[in-house]
Amino acid sequence: MGSLNIENVKKAFGPVEVLKGINLEVTDGEFVVFVGPSGCGKSTLLRVIAGLEDSTSGRVVIDGADVSATPPAKRGIAMVFQTYALYPHLTVKNNMGLGLKQAGTPAAEIDRRIGIASSMLSLEPYLARRPAELSGGQRQRVAIGRAVVREPKLFLFDEPLSNLDAALRVNTRLEIAQLHRRLRATMIYVTHDQVEAMTLADKIVVLNAGKIEQIGGPMELYNAPANEFVAGFIGSPKMNFVDGARLGETAKTIGVRPEHLTVDAKSGAWKGTVVHAEHLGADTNLYLDCEKAGLITVRIFGVYNAEPGATLYATPDPAKTYRFGADGKVLK
Amino acid sequence: MSTATHSLPRTIGAHAVLLTYTVIALFPVIIVIMNSFKSRAGIFGAPLTPPTPKTFDLIGYTTVIGQGDFIHYFQNSLVVTVASLFFVLLFGAMAAFALSEYRFRGNSMMGLYLALGIMIPIRLGTVAILQLMVASGLVNTLTALILVYTAQGLPLAVFILSEFMKQVSDDLKNAGRIDGLSEYTIFFRLVLPLVRPSMATVAVFTMIPIWNDLWFPLILAPSEETKTVTLGAQLFLGQFVTNWNAILAALSLAIMPVLILYVIFSRQLIRGITSGAVK
Repeated sequence: MGSLNIENVKKAFGPVEVLKGINLEVTDGEFVVFVGPSGCGKSTLLRVIAGLEDSTSGRVVIDGADVSATPPAKRGIAMVFQTYALYPHLTVKNNMGLGLKQAGTPAAEIDRRIGIASSMLSLEPYLARRPAELSGGQRQRVAIGRAVVREPKLFLFDEPLSNLDAALRVNTRLEIAQLHRRLRATMIYVTHDQVEAMTLADKIVVLNAGKIEQIGGPMELYNAPANEFVAGFIGSPKMNFVDGARLGETAKTIGVRPEHLTVDAKSGAWKGTVVHAEHLGADTNLYLDCEKAGLITVRIFGVYNAEPGATLYATPDPAKTYRFGADGKVLK
Repeated sequence: MSTATHSLPRTIGAHAVLLTYTVIALFPVIIVIMNSFKSRAGIFGAPLTPPTPKTFDLIGYTTVIGQGDFIHYFQNSLVVTVASLFFVLLFGAMAAFALSEYRFRGNSMMGLYLALGIMIPIRLGTVAILQLMVASGLVNTLTALILVYTAQGLPLAVFILSEFMKQVSDDLKNAGRIDGLSEYTIFFRLVLPLVRPSMATVAVFTMIPIWNDLWFPLILAPSEETKTVTLGAQLFLGQFVTNWNAILAALSLAIMPVLILYVIFSRQLIRGITSGAVK
């Protein structure tokens, strides 16, 4: 009861084409994350789905019905915004109930749904307060609650965690994940943070410059990126890219993730000097300036003591090395 | 206050400059109010001294209340000012909302066109306006004045308000759209309360020239029925004899309503002027 089809959606602002033909299928109950660098069109795509922007061409189909010409309120969607966007003059309770009131839902039903949503998000003590009297995390929970009471076919999240501090972000992320498991609703989530994408998504859509680069599950994108962009975007620290010619390879670029490199003080494939070491406790990031490969990052699990200036040898795991052609695509 | 930026001599200097300016600005007003309570001889004998028991006289006020229909003039001024203010704020805010919220062809040209009125004084069009009012039979009505003042106030209102409306969060308006609020509800319930300080700023800037205007009442509505306070005060300005007591009393009284409106708006006003600057 919450499927979404996007068929060849294009969006242009004047001469600037922001979405260049997006095709996407979302099945009922899926958690889909749109991820990409800023300006890639992910927020615009979400706004087209919500009906806040008209697409220049193409169709948006929710639950089998073409909603391209339907106003946002009639699409059966609910949206959570980055800036919370609570109505400043209404109490938490009225903030959550306004949409239902506008739709003519009976008061008893509104109260029932607010009751369920507020207990789910532990908002009961705050129902009579106004948004100005709440903290950032509470405000975002109210915004999520406002979406929940609508019982929508589709939840849309527009970078909901970006305005929260790091600790709250992790908590709220967990809450959203639990909410999804509990409601089994279809959710579309936009973020530029690949950690959020990896932890929440059933399916990740990587966007770049108005086009979909790859669609797949988190592990699929991590293990089998389709091209250089996805390989570089998914995973932290970023994948190392080395010019193939310098290594005597036929591929244009060789990619290897920092965690798929091993270091040794005596021998290895690439000889390099330690430029900087980051000690994070659980793991250590080493920046090595290699004669053959240039500046690369190596991620070592656990503590590893290396002083800047020391000589180390890095060896890539051949099974987990990616080869990219001149067009950026992975060579099989 | 941090001591790093506030040294004593600097504070004294700043206060001296501000106090001097306050004295200069208030001087004429105080002279008018002071002399309105004095007899004719008192006004001309010692214009700068406050009323003493010897010179104290309410003759000005009794003349104003007794002669001429001053209560009625006041009523006219108030009706014209409040009605014009209402329309300027309503239409100005609506136009500003459209300009800042919707993308349409010619949006920026339209904004420029609406703001053009700031640079061109409306009095240049007096003859055409008079002809228009004669043709439409609106001469000697308050409607004529309200129409002209609304037109006069709109450009600045649109200009200031559209800048402020651009700052209202898009997410908030979009949240309203998803909850099924109409564009009118979004405008009146979500956007207007958030731009209230700037509305007050516009209200003050619009109100004062309207209240003080002599030109258009004189030309468009000089009849006894439609006289405004400023025009009514001219009653006492004769070619040969001028009743200074009455004029000063009338002007003192005319300050009051505008002062009251100002006090109402001023709390918001400060926020309106500074909100763009400090944030």
